[in-house]
Amino acid sequence: MTTAAISADPHSATLATLARALGDGVYSTSRFRDNLRLFVPPSRLAELLKVLESQCGFNLLSELGATDYLGYPGRTRARFEVHYVLKNLEAPECLVVKCGVDDPDPALPTAVTIWPGADWMEREVFDMFGIRFQGHPDLRRILMPEEFAAYPLRKDYPLRGRGERHNFPRLSRGDS
Amino acid sequence: MSTELLDEPELESESKEATWTLNFGPQHPATHTTLRLILELDGERVVKATPDIGYLHSGFEKLGEHLNFNQYVTVVDRKNYISPPMNEVAWHHAVEKLLDIELTPRCAYIRVIISELARMSDHLLCTGAAALDLGAFTAFLFAFNLREQIYDVYEEMSGYRFHPGYTRVGGLLYDMSDRVLDRVHAVLKSFPKVYSDMEKLLFRNRIFLDRVRGVGVLSKADAIAYSCTGPIARASGVTYDLRKDEPYLVYPELDFEVPFTDQGDCWARFIVRMEEMRQSHRILEQALKKLPSGPVDVPIAEKFALPDKLTTYNSMEGLIQHFELIMPNRGPETPHDEVYAAVESPNGELGYYLVADGSQTAWRVRTRPPSFIHFSVFPHIIKDYLLADVVAVLGSLNIIAAELDR
Repeated sequence: MTTAAISADPHSATLATLARALGDGVYSTSRFRDNLRLFVPPSRLAELLKVLESQCGFNLLSELGATDYLGYPGRTRARFEVHYVLKNLEAPECLVVKCGVDDPDPALPTAVTIWPGADWMEREVFDMFGIRFQGHPDLRRILMPEEFAAYPLRKDYPLRGRGERHNFPRLSRGDS
Repeated sequence: MSTELLDEPELESESKEATWTLNFGPQHPATHTTLRLILELDGERVVKATPDIGYLHSGFEKLGEHLNFNQYVTVVDRKNYISPPMNEVAWHHAVEKLLDIELTPRCAYIRVIISELARMSDHLLCTGAAALDLGAFTAFLFAFNLREQIYDVYEEMSGYRFHPGYTRVGGLLYDMSDRVLDRVHAVLKSFPKVYSDMEKLLFRNRIFLDRVRGVGVLSKADAIAYSCTGPIARASGVTYDLRKDEPYLVYPELDFEVPFTDQGDCWARFIVRMEEMRQSHRILEQALKKLPSGPVDVPIAEKFALPDKLTTYNSMEGLIQHFELIMPNRGPETPHDEVYAAVESPNGELGYYLVADGSQTAWRVRTRPPSFIHFSVFPHIIKDYLLADVVAVLGSLNIIAAELDR
């Protein structure tokens, strides 16, 4: 590889720092269009995010969301994947960290201790997919009502729901 | 029975801070749209604010899994409904990044024009409504009058005043005719007077300044830690703008500045938005001058744009492509991969995490909603301010419930 090719890669410094800090075998990378993605198992997620924030300068957590791959054509990895879009505002640089979790009881360590902005985004992932975040200060539903029982964005939940909208308890004046 | 039960109970306020709870309910003229705040107050001082959202949750992300890329633009319009063309540009930017489609120069310029008009429209509403909540009714009306002219542009270009649904994969619904461009010129002509009227009414208004200066301060470190982007972050000193730092469309060819300050209070957010409107005016003037002629949709070889009727009826490729795109369960194959793409919307970074599965319908559409993320910083910046400041801070954050809840 010529030096021109190495210096043209905007992520080379970050990948070098990660290799020094974490060694081999912690994550795998792939690129698509202009996104660099790091795939990491749940056990090493907290470590990777900490290194990215403290040593590689990724101070902005831009996005935290999840995807349910149940039924995705050709899928061999875990059912759920949570993605973290991180930005280094000084460089500027952007990369995506993806972490796969499986049913039942999908759980991941929280990113709130690193980026406080992850608070509500993790609550929404919990609300929509049922993925728990260990160490989150206040993990409860954010968009759906508190008493809602299902996780709407999972692929086995139908688009029109299961009749929750028609089954509200009817209170008469004497009850309330 | 002991006699302790008959003793007078100790007054709470003598032993500890007594707080009372106020429900700043979902229906309230100052909460612009349905969001609820549970405020714990000590007298008038806010001790704790707990937002309760989800009143407008309509399952937009679930709908994205059932509509194809061109149908979903109508849903995307209805998120940040103050600046719908911006949502459309953001959505199709993500789709075109996934499909690796490069737009024609004319289309790119027109998308910049509608984005900047949307930015002006959003900032006019935000600054106008911020003034309205604090009692300044006239400034609000001046801002809304100009927004009516912007709605006239949308109406001429697509037929809809409010939710144009104007962009398509690889192009636009219609080309922009001279009549549309005339209306854009009319907006640009009226803008300086509106800006100067708002300036005369508000910038040196003692009442307005007393209510917004020093209120709801967000520090630079907090802005980054809480994932704030856009005017809110720039008012706290974070000089990041996707148009300059991760350029898209034809922004590199246009000459403009990104306003920022480091005060971080409501006044800073207000003044950054006012100045951004002026920069949008500057961008629009350049874009209108430089608008190239030529086709607005990508050629048929790109496979994803719907060909126009002449091409459909007079060429074999046009007919085949029309058939492939219109008939269900057909169409060119999309990559089995995923992409994140963002644009600089008036509210901040508006991005889509798009997962495709080979078909014309997305597998997962995740919106990165700036209003949702900015509302999460609200409890943090309203601590120890007064109840009256709640209204000022809420107005300065530009929370749009449809984007908040989706």
